[in-house]
Amino acid sequence: METALISPANATVFGIPTVIFSVLIPVVGVALFTYIVAQRSAPLVLANPDYRFDRVPQRLWAVLKLWLGQLKQPRYRVGGVLHIMLFAGFLILSIRSLSLVFLGVAEDFVVPGFGGGFGRFYNVIKDYAVTIVFVAALIAAVRRGFFKPDRYKVPPQYGKDHTPEAIFILGMICALLITESMYEASAMSANQQLGLHAELIAPLSLAWFFKIILADVSIETLQGIHLAAYYLHDIIFFSFLCILPLGKHFHVITSLFNVYFLKLNKGSVKPVKWGVPEEKLLDLDSFGSKNFEDFTWKHILDFYSCADCGRCSDQCPATAVGRPLSPRFISIKARDYCFDKYPLRGGFKKGEPLIGSIYSEDEIWSCTTCGACEEECPLMIEYIDKMVDLRRGMVDEGNVPQSVQKPLQALEKRGNPYGKMEKKRADWTKEKEFKAECPVKVLEKGGTADTLYFVDSVTSYDDNIQKLGRAAARVLTAAGVEFGILGKGEKDSGHEVRRFGEEMLFQELRDHNTEMIAESGVKKIVTADPHAYNAFKKDYNGLPPVEHISQLIAQALDTGKIRLKSIENTDAVYTYHDPCYLGRHNGLYDIPRDVLDQIPGIKRVEMDKCRDRSFCCGGGGLYLFYEPIEDKRMGQLRVQMANEAGANIIVTACPFCMVNIEDAIKTSGLEGQMTVVDLVELVDQHLIAA
Amino acid sequence: MEILVCVKRVPDASENEIEVNSKGTDIERDDLVYSVNEWDNYAVEEAIQIRDKVGGTVTVITVGDEEAEEVLRREMAMGADKGILISDEAFEGADGRGIAAILKAEIEKGNYDLILTGAQADDGAGQVGGMLAAMLDVPYASLVNFLEIIDDKKIKAGREIAGGNQEMNEIELPCVLSIQTGINEPRYVGIRGIRKVASLDIPVRTAGDLGLEASAVAPKVNRVDYFVPEPGEGAEMLEGSTEEIIEKLVEILKAKGGIK
Repeated sequence: METALISPANATVFGIPTVIFSVLIPVVGVALFTYIVAQRSAPLVLANPDYRFDRVPQRLWAVLKLWLGQLKQPRYRVGGVLHIMLFAGFLILSIRSLSLVFLGVAEDFVVPGFGGGFGRFYNVIKDYAVTIVFVAALIAAVRRGFFKPDRYKVPPQYGKDHTPEAIFILGMICALLITESMYEASAMSANQQLGLHAELIAPLSLAWFFKIILADVSIETLQGIHLAAYYLHDIIFFSFLCILPLGKHFHVITSLFNVYFLKLNKGSVKPVKWGVPEEKLLDLDSFGSKNFEDFTWKHILDFYSCADCGRCSDQCPATAVGRPLSPRFISIKARDYCFDKYPLRGGFKKGEPLIGSIYSEDEIWSCTTCGACEEECPLMIEYIDKMVDLRRGMVDEGNVPQSVQKPLQALEKRGNPYGKMEKKRADWTKEKEFKAECPVKVLEKGGTADTLYFVDSVTSYDDNIQKLGRAAARVLTAAGVEFGILGKGEKDSGHEVRRFGEEMLFQELRDHNTEMIAESGVKKIVTADPHAYNAFKKDYNGLPPVEHISQLIAQALDTGKIRLKSIENTDAVYTYHDPCYLGRHNGLYDIPRDVLDQIPGIKRVEMDKCRDRSFCCGGGGLYLFYEPIEDKRMGQLRVQMANEAGANIIVTACPFCMVNIEDAIKTSGLEGQMTVVDLVELVDQHLIAA
Repeated sequence: MEILVCVKRVPDASENEIEVNSKGTDIERDDLVYSVNEWDNYAVEEAIQIRDKVGGTVTVITVGDEEAEEVLRREMAMGADKGILISDEAFEGADGRGIAAILKAEIEKGNYDLILTGAQADDGAGQVGGMLAAMLDVPYASLVNFLEIIDDKKIKAGREIAGGNQEMNEIELPCVLSIQTGINEPRYVGIRGIRKVASLDIPVRTAGDLGLEASAVAPKVNRVDYFVPEPGEGAEMLEGSTEEIIEKLVEILKAKGGIK
């Protein structure tokens, strides 16, 4: 086709054919990029193994939903929508960028399949994509530069502000779009001036504006602009490609892989070392993540993929109460450390242990494993497994907070963190009135039952929580469930023991309980403790089916086995607090709410932070003993949220939430105004006697 | 530096509700769990830290029955290099002086620069450290809460004295020190650590090995009775609602000059 301007493929400048640059720039660019990516791959190769090659259909589905579909982005409205605009634009423009590179060598190059009508259609779409990305990048830059949302802030202890890097990259993107549009507009303007065929430029697109601006510019100048725009674009494009792996924009490349290799078993904890069976664990020289290379390759890919968006820390309850932990900087610090230790030029440097260099002990113990960060991350970056691995490393070095050492030893010797005697584990059933009205079978004494009610330590021993056990027993009896308990044969489920990094102790507890449950001959397990529930579902093997008591109550209500009477107090406004290990880790959001809503006359409101954005109460099990550095308690913030939602009764479905929220009501001075009740208690109080 | 730490297996009082048996001769031991005496843990941790700094070996020693081996293993899992169990029926019922005499017999066979004990034991009388030093005729400092090695001849030992004041002493080696809690933060001993030392050999010394006659360690102090004291006079239970109790308490405290 005849054109007014000479294309970069055929032009000469000062007698030099520009095609030389059309070849040289991509060759150098691609070579440099390959080198950088190869260097960045080294830590992944040296890292620990990770098994992420199974369940291909599920992984592809995740890519479709979370990567291509950007499903998590709109959880933060403005930033999310901007990102979707940028992401979609990038996808569309990737074809254009590729074809531009080839157009520098052959002026008639057409990407296969992009000729004819489809090619013209694509060009229109592409022009708008350029414009949308341009607008989105401008808004993003203004947002970062002027409005500065809190979640992008870098607290002083974590180093310098990241805004310049973000603005620089946005500037590069804008420059790419401007040069692309200039290249296009200059050619069309020249064609139009000479009366040649001018391709349609999408109205109101960036190129369309440029074409208007260039309408009266001389052909000679247009020729200059045309070539300059092309090579500027070429240089910026390949620079951009090589800059991506140097910082937070690496996610542009790694996100696809990071989402594909996501963790599929939510709520589980990774084995100490993939590929090493439990009976070989004693032979390992070391446990957990002590040095950077102890992380798995997927964990390092996580560090590479962090886009620094700050959503994790914005949701993190530990960050919110001023604990020395911010999940975002768990990733950023590790990435900075990795880039420093594995530099692009020169040899790899000798590393030092992670704890004491980039992480502090308190930082790692501050995490309650609530999972809010993982729920939020648009890139599916994991934190809990890293925390557990870092703790395994500390436990292996004997580095355990003094406040948790006694409870751990008590768990080892007595099977509960309080150090109470095993024979007193069923004492909660012995309260006189209760015993007469609702005798509880202990399975160790040759008793048999269909269902095991697994009580766990806090409900067995905590004076204030034992009432939950009794309520559960009454509800189970009312629902006609033939059940028993293990009594002194039961030991702590070990859920927090494992998450505190004491893997071997967890395995002892697990093996003991598994054996006792098998001996009891039960066909089903029910528990009112989401931590035990999660442990049985994710950490144990070969158990009979496990249910949380809310599921059993919901069924009993459905089948009419139990019926509930009306709320008496008309001033009561209820709100449901999702326990982390029932909600986020096991997806049980609706069942407890459905049960609540079946109490006639109940007034229920939702807190702002509910369901998968629920705010951790402070953590269960060993977290009740750990003394964190913090400004206030998580429970206090949670009680405040309930208060703001207009509720005066907080309903939860976890004994630890009960402990923490009860405490928080007292320490917030809201005694008398707010109360907390467990779902089972509430159901028990409203049972209509059969 | 050759360091010896004397440790003891004691009923874990913090985890148990201790009851005296019906005869009043001992406590009920059926449902008890045992652990390393808390003070001894600090002593072992201190010894390990010194060894890691200046080199040498840490040996842990205990006098007890064969079950006492468990505490030696725990301390070896913590980082002690060697363990010695002194066990003989002849030693049963030994008093503080007896234990010190037994330890002395073993210690003289070795070449220890520094001997540490816990300041006291949960079920003891805080005697052994001092007596052992006297029998060995070496210097002794009790209730040590700070320790610094000056050279292979001298150490600096700090003690907390009345009013929270600190006292610093220079002591020549070899010596015996009884260690107070709070001198350090003892490391955690995990199940993996204990399993890893499960097969290590721990030598057992008997009275014969030590050349001791039962008579030489026979108790000179004999326990006559164990009992829970009767609640005495002078205690007053305040009754009523929380507010009323607080009001009464404030009144009483004001009346007796507790608050102004």
